[in-house]
Amino acid sequence: MDVSFILVILLFGAAATYFVGDKWASKAALIFSSFAFAATVYIIYQYNLGEKVSFLHDWMQSPHIVLGFQADGLSLSMMLLTTALTPIIVYSSFGNLFPKTRSFYALIMFMAFAMVGTFLSVDGFVYYIFWELSLIPIYFIALIWGNGDAEERKKAVVKFFIYTFAGSLFMLVAFIYLYQKTHSFLNLHLYNALLSNTEQTWIFFAFFLAYAIKIPLIPFHTWQANVYQKAPAVGTMLLSGIMLKMALYSIIRWQLPIAPYAAHHYKYILIGLCVAGVIYGSILALKQNNLKKLLAYSSLAHVGLIAAGTYTLTLDGLRGAVLQMIAHGFVVTGLFFAAEIIERRLATQSISEMGGIRVQTPRFTSMFMILVLASVALPGTFNFVGEFELLYSLAQANIWMAIVGGTTIILGAFYMLRMFQLVMLGESNAKLFKDVTLSEGIVFVTILAVLLFFGLYPKPIVDFVTPELDKMNFYINRYN
Amino acid sequence: MDILIGIAGLGIICLIAEIFDFRKAIVPVTIIGLLAVLGYSGAKALNNGADVIPGFGIDESKYFGMVITDNYALAFSSLFILLTIFLVALTPEFHKQHKPKISDFVAIKLFLLTGAIAMVSFGNLAMFFLGIEILSISLYVLAASEPKNVLSNEAGMKYFLIGAFASGFILFGIALVYGATGTFSMETIIALDKSTLPTWFAIGCGMLSIGLLFKIAAVPFHFWAPDVYEGSPALTTATMSTLAKVAAMASFFKLLTTLNPSHAGFLTVINIVAILSMTVGNLTALRQTNVKRMLAFSGIAHAGYMLLAFQFAFNAYVTAQANLFYYATAYALAGIAAFAVVLSVCGNKGNQDIYNFNGLGKTKPLMAAVFTCALLSMAGIPIFSGFFGKFFLFNQVLDKGRMILVIFAVINSIISIGYYFKIILAMYTKDSTESNEEQVKSAPFAYQAVAVTAIVINIAIGLYPDFILGLIK
Repeated sequence: MDVSFILVILLFGAAATYFVGDKWASKAALIFSSFAFAATVYIIYQYNLGEKVSFLHDWMQSPHIVLGFQADGLSLSMMLLTTALTPIIVYSSFGNLFPKTRSFYALIMFMAFAMVGTFLSVDGFVYYIFWELSLIPIYFIALIWGNGDAEERKKAVVKFFIYTFAGSLFMLVAFIYLYQKTHSFLNLHLYNALLSNTEQTWIFFAFFLAYAIKIPLIPFHTWQANVYQKAPAVGTMLLSGIMLKMALYSIIRWQLPIAPYAAHHYKYILIGLCVAGVIYGSILALKQNNLKKLLAYSSLAHVGLIAAGTYTLTLDGLRGAVLQMIAHGFVVTGLFFAAEIIERRLATQSISEMGGIRVQTPRFTSMFMILVLASVALPGTFNFVGEFELLYSLAQANIWMAIVGGTTIILGAFYMLRMFQLVMLGESNAKLFKDVTLSEGIVFVTILAVLLFFGLYPKPIVDFVTPELDKMNFYINRYN
Repeated sequence: MDILIGIAGLGIICLIAEIFDFRKAIVPVTIIGLLAVLGYSGAKALNNGADVIPGFGIDESKYFGMVITDNYALAFSSLFILLTIFLVALTPEFHKQHKPKISDFVAIKLFLLTGAIAMVSFGNLAMFFLGIEILSISLYVLAASEPKNVLSNEAGMKYFLIGAFASGFILFGIALVYGATGTFSMETIIALDKSTLPTWFAIGCGMLSIGLLFKIAAVPFHFWAPDVYEGSPALTTATMSTLAKVAAMASFFKLLTTLNPSHAGFLTVINIVAILSMTVGNLTALRQTNVKRMLAFSGIAHAGYMLLAFQFAFNAYVTAQANLFYYATAYALAGIAAFAVVLSVCGNKGNQDIYNFNGLGKTKPLMAAVFTCALLSMAGIPIFSGFFGKFFLFNQVLDKGRMILVIFAVINSIISIGYYFKIILAMYTKDSTESNEEQVKSAPFAYQAVAVTAIVINIAIGLYPDFILGLIK
């Protein structure tokens, strides 16, 4: 069994979900995504035994394109994140009723397929196809099943699409340019391409445009908050939990090793931009009255720090980034799910209309509290491990950057706890608030279990990703 | 040549069938006949040097060099035949009010196909001119085929005047080329040393190019296109924007590769025309509310993209041919699928405004899905073949180091998202304006079949591009 099996399961699952009809679609999606997760775990087990799980096959002769899916610590861990979160996200939506159910769940499965493909591809062209492919399902999910005024939603979603599409087209041009140089799209060949400094700079920034829009980094973030707010909870979870990790992963896999000179040359500017995003996101989060927007801006701050970590070009930065990507994926899914539960009960996203939930719901409150604490990187949670390594790598690059970036923890604690206070505490609200149901509870418990387990014992993941990151680190720093 | 005779014969059979009152048999017989010819030309194209299917060698030249059926001609002929099959399949449903005249509509389309094939397999400038005239006259007739509709009359008249004007240019160009070289034969012209020829050879090439750019509707020779596209019956618009455009583009390419006016400024002019076509086409399309007009302007932009394929080194244009063929195939298939949906939605309405498509995602999900795929293909989103077409062209242009052209093309791709998505948004986010009775009615089978088949082929060649690229080696 090789990694392409996962792609087949997910694609087949998407088709099956569509054809079983509205009634069974959600169950089919859950079954297939869980199956994909189980298969991922099995493949990782095989990989650890040293068996060959990569898949390489020629696709086109001229231009030479290889349908290649590589399995290494980095790709597999990102694939695991995707296939683990997909069933959680699917299951979390069981409380909602969507019109045209089968299309909805089929699109989720298709999106998981595209994202796994992005994480696995070794061939730049195949990678680009999957990268673009993941854009179509999320566009329709946000457009058709989103909430709020239809006209405004349409504007937000189209803006998102055009932004990301524009960014990626320049990445495509960069890939074609690299192909002219090396006559191959395989990542190892691209790493070894002989590029002048000017060429590296141009290619670096073509990639940067695509990734900065997707992550997003300031000043390319303007699409984010609106789309997060307007998309249905599932769409927001997919976007923030997995999709923006595609860009962070791609920085490590493609951008830095292909153009290491430019990366070193512009290192401090980029870190500065990312850290500025951290501060900017935190301050905006402080001012928000809309719960989903607040979470969107907090996400902006967190991923800014992750991006800063990758651009420090140290092993610690890369590793911290990968750990934090996984941790953030889980925690942000949990937080948006909590927001969704509140919205289901109170039918509002506005914080000022909430409050007094705690006295009615002991279980929900405690689980939400742990999520909030995890998101502000309390020691003992998985997020602490990642955040610590990220700040440590920033300190290696420049101590002042680390100090400014470190404020994210303080500011984060400030706005998250303030949010928690306003939403959950206070006088008992007149509105009745039912405690979490069993299925909602299962989602929370799964997420919390992951966060706490790896918070206390991160060694398996660290050991799993380090060898591949070492290799990337070698390519990134080969000129020094 | 056997292909040409077969198709022209099929057209005559159509006309005879009417006399003996076999009208019901016309469309099935035509489609079966065309499929047979497609199989024949496809087998020849596949053979391609290697003897895959014994007995189907490529006959290089026939009838004193009037017709040359090389890979390029065979590949494009196969594409044209495929497109004609789709167009013929759409005919009976579209003209169901004019049942008695069905043989005319089918026969004219077959003659049009004859012209198109002559335009890509000519070995002699006289043959080329015959081809372009057969194609054009068929189109004039089709454009004006709704005699009681003022717009259709206007379209036919306009198209005829502009077309005749362009033919004049082409004829004059051919005369000048003859004057410079003393021959019509392409085989002789290609062997000549171009630097020793008198100046009017280059002028002749220029006039030929202008005439063909008129036919392709590239900026700044595009003014007729939107009006003619809007006024003609929708099925004729589909024919013009897919088959006729691709045929003109293919023959323009063939003409330039053989005449090869090695003047340095020549390619620059073509490139400027390409950039202008893309930009003007896309920017104007943004402002349209009529879907037919919008597709007309998008067709102008696509002509601009196809002109990018003209970057090739002297005597090394096989890759360029393959890339152009791939792009043309992708574009034409997406166009046929899109027009099949437009026909089914706006078939019996007076206009083709966007609001007709409101709520199509709910009322006719299959047609909406096909239209979405077709538009995504034209916009160049991967896995649809439109993306691969753009990719191959960009690759080729960058290979020649013309970064600026690629940047223009990329920016234009982004602009084009704007109007393609306008239709997609209308289909999925707005509520239907149709009456309940119309909503329940499903789309006619012929339209559905053509739309789905075309888009499936479009996606299939996206997944397996080597098949299409390999037809021209």
